Amino acid sequence: MTSDTTAVTRSNKGAPASWGLGDGQAIPWEYAPAPESRETVTIRERYGLFIGGREVPASDGSTFTTVNPATEEPLAEVARATPADVDRAVASARRAQRRSWGTLPGRERAKYLYRIARLLQERSREFAVLESMDSGKPIKESRDVDVPLAAAHFWYYAGWADKLEYAFPGRIARPLGVAAQIIPWNFPLLMLAWKIAPALAAGNTVVLKPASTTPLSALLFADVCRQADLPAGVVNIVPGPGEIGMHLVTHPNVDKVAFTGSTEIGRKIAKGVAGTDKALTLELGGKAANIVFEDAALDQAVEGIVNGIYFNQGEVCCAGSRLLAQESIVEPLIEKLKDRLSTIRVGDPLDKNTDVGAINSRAQLEKITELVASGAAEGAEMYQPACDLPDRGYFFRPTLFTNVAQSHRIAREEIFGPVLSVLTFRTPDEAVEKANNTPYGLSAGIWTEKGSRILAMVQRMKAGVVWANTFNRFDPTSPFGGYKESGFGREGGMHGLHAYVRLEDR
Amino acid sequence: MATPRRSPRAAVPAQTAGDDATPRIEVRKTYKLYIGGAFPRTESGRSYLVSAADGSPLANASRASRKDLRDAVRAARKASEGWAAKTAMNRGQVLYRVAELMEGRRAQFFAEVAAAEGISAARARDAVARAIDRWVWYAGWADKIAQVLGSSNPVAAPYFNFTIPEPTGVVGIVAPETSSLLGLVSRLAPPLVAGNAVVVIASETRPLPAVTLTEVLATSDVPAGVVNVLTGLKPELVPVLAAHEDVDAIDTWGVPERLRAEVETLAADDIKRIARRPAGVSDARFDWSDDRAAERPEWIAAFLEMKTVWHPIGV
Repeated sequence: MTSDTTAVTRSNKGAPASWGLGDGQAIPWEYAPAPESRETVTIRERYGLFIGGREVPASDGSTFTTVNPATEEPLAEVARATPADVDRAVASARRAQRRSWGTLPGRERAKYLYRIARLLQERSREFAVLESMDSGKPIKESRDVDVPLAAAHFWYYAGWADKLEYAFPGRIARPLGVAAQIIPWNFPLLMLAWKIAPALAAGNTVVLKPASTTPLSALLFADVCRQADLPAGVVNIVPGPGEIGMHLVTHPNVDKVAFTGSTEIGRKIAKGVAGTDKALTLELGGKAANIVFEDAALDQAVEGIVNGIYFNQGEVCCAGSRLLAQESIVEPLIEKLKDRLSTIRVGDPLDKNTDVGAINSRAQLEKITELVASGAAEGAEMYQPACDLPDRGYFFRPTLFTNVAQSHRIAREEIFGPVLSVLTFRTPDEAVEKANNTPYGLSAGIWTEKGSRILAMVQRMKAGVVWANTFNRFDPTSPFGGYKESGFGREGGMHGLHAYVRLEDR
Repeated sequence: MATPRRSPRAAVPAQTAGDDATPRIEVRKTYKLYIGGAFPRTESGRSYLVSAADGSPLANASRASRKDLRDAVRAARKASEGWAAKTAMNRGQVLYRVAELMEGRRAQFFAEVAAAEGISAARARDAVARAIDRWVWYAGWADKIAQVLGSSNPVAAPYFNFTIPEPTGVVGIVAPETSSLLGLVSRLAPPLVAGNAVVVIASETRPLPAVTLTEVLATSDVPAGVVNVLTGLKPELVPVLAAHEDVDAIDTWGVPERLRAEVETLAADDIKRIARRPAGVSDARFDWSDDRAAERPEWIAAFLEMKTVWHPIGV
């Protein structure tokens, strides 16, 4: 399936105008394929659940297929957890929390987490290749962003495990118990690290449900737990569909629920824990504004806009999906953006030159296609560069909409794809008004060379992360999470520990 | 509906009106709502009888309606931005002044708390004194909480990265049912010092001290609309508060247990932040006079959002 190509496009493979080659000139070179070797990964035919330190089949023997979204070929058969399996996983986590992990001194827990961080570093290429094959993300991102950040998260929280009394002065931090964690498909290993590292550091045990389209890196992580000799039951992994996730979060023997995913599912989960004593943190959707003022360094801003919306095919909750450009610079900015778009390489996720890989699933591709069609139907003007898409796989051209009104669906709904909607503003007040005019509040971007304006805009953004003259930066020390309907609680940094502890008086 | 026949002020020594020592007929107070800095009766024209702990009638309190609640949320939203924008030191001073003004009304609070809660005079006096001191304790956090909860984050790249707390916005508070003044102040002060505007549903059975507190707030420097207080029936008001989409967070401490699941389900629709009574803690038995247990910076943090800011470092 390919994206709609009825849009205005440049002449095939035309060079950007800024290159000065003259109109309609072809880019004077081709990129040779630079495929990453698959040798580092052995993908087995079948994977089981990871419960109580052992790999086990589903209680009813059922499985599901995970496919490579870049080729549509099956990668492996994965056990589909049943409610009974979830019950066993929760029981196993409870036992481990009571008998081994919860009573282990913090400095011993720390050493296990350091081991995990080191193992992730040692096996980084294996994880990167597997992640790209299962999720469709470009190898340069899984290699340079997902996997190193995942290792860094374990490294960072390892050091907290024996220092909790300094994170909560005047209080004793106790673990909550068993954490039920549900993660999305856009950053499978990284989201696993965001969830598991702080939970374990604080003395909790976990039952984690990876997304059903991307279970493989979590199951490879199970092997890391075994290599680290992590006590049995501290980490349990139960792949399966959404119903299994709901069974997990509503399980009476769970103390904490952490979810990353859509606001729609976040609501269901919040209702699932209503009336209980379970702690809850939610990291949900977004529709971030990336605001470019007329005094911004435009070339840098263009790089930031591109990174903001086309990073990971735009399948990023904090993606800068709404560009707010000051009216006086809209035309040069759009021209530069179109130039830059024509150099983006879409294709094989395992090719080291690829900028935009495959959309994670057919369902997601259909959702993007539908929303993009609505943009055109509602009167926005669409632009897509004329790049070739592979014959097979779920690919979508980087897309840019101009003449977008705030009422358009593409300006209101989270697309979760490589689609940028451009809106304009005249004054800072108007920029603030438009940026905050959304039920979401996860992130925002500000581009200006004026320091005082940055700080004034930062203050007025209703968003949990504000990138000024940069976008889509992440770090284990940096708290991440939303305002409003983008969720509550923070992941990362000292604040990320708070989600996994109960504070008692000294 | 029975006529109130005993004023909670009865405990204050009776005044005499003239030389002939004829007992003076007391001027009784009308207990009203507090919305946007004004004292309306409920638009619904309804009231309900409030009785003392010993069962004797005290007063007719306003029975607020859904419309009153929506008006209160609108007033809070209007006031929230200005309150959040005040300097931390100024906010601290404004809240400290609430304590100053309460100090002058100790006798009235004492009488109302003693009548409402049926506790000994010594305990009632202690509750009032602690309620005042609790304002002072929380007011002092205004210009410190950002330093305790904020951070500068050592990211592994050339960026300056910091995290600052900001108020969540409009907070709904379902006040403790049992502790009419000290419990209320202990739940009200944390979101206020954080910079939020609030809508309070007072204790249903013991609402009079809350109303008197609004008279203190009205004459303090707390801007109109920053605190709005409704009296009425919790089963009628609380679900409306929980479902209101312009309320960003809800403190469910005083929600009756039978309503809790419903309230939290309604609050989930717009991903409201929920500050719950800790597991195993009873509203009726919680000891608000235990400073250690009842004064917590975490309760301020429950009504703050953490904002993280990145900027590149370079020349």
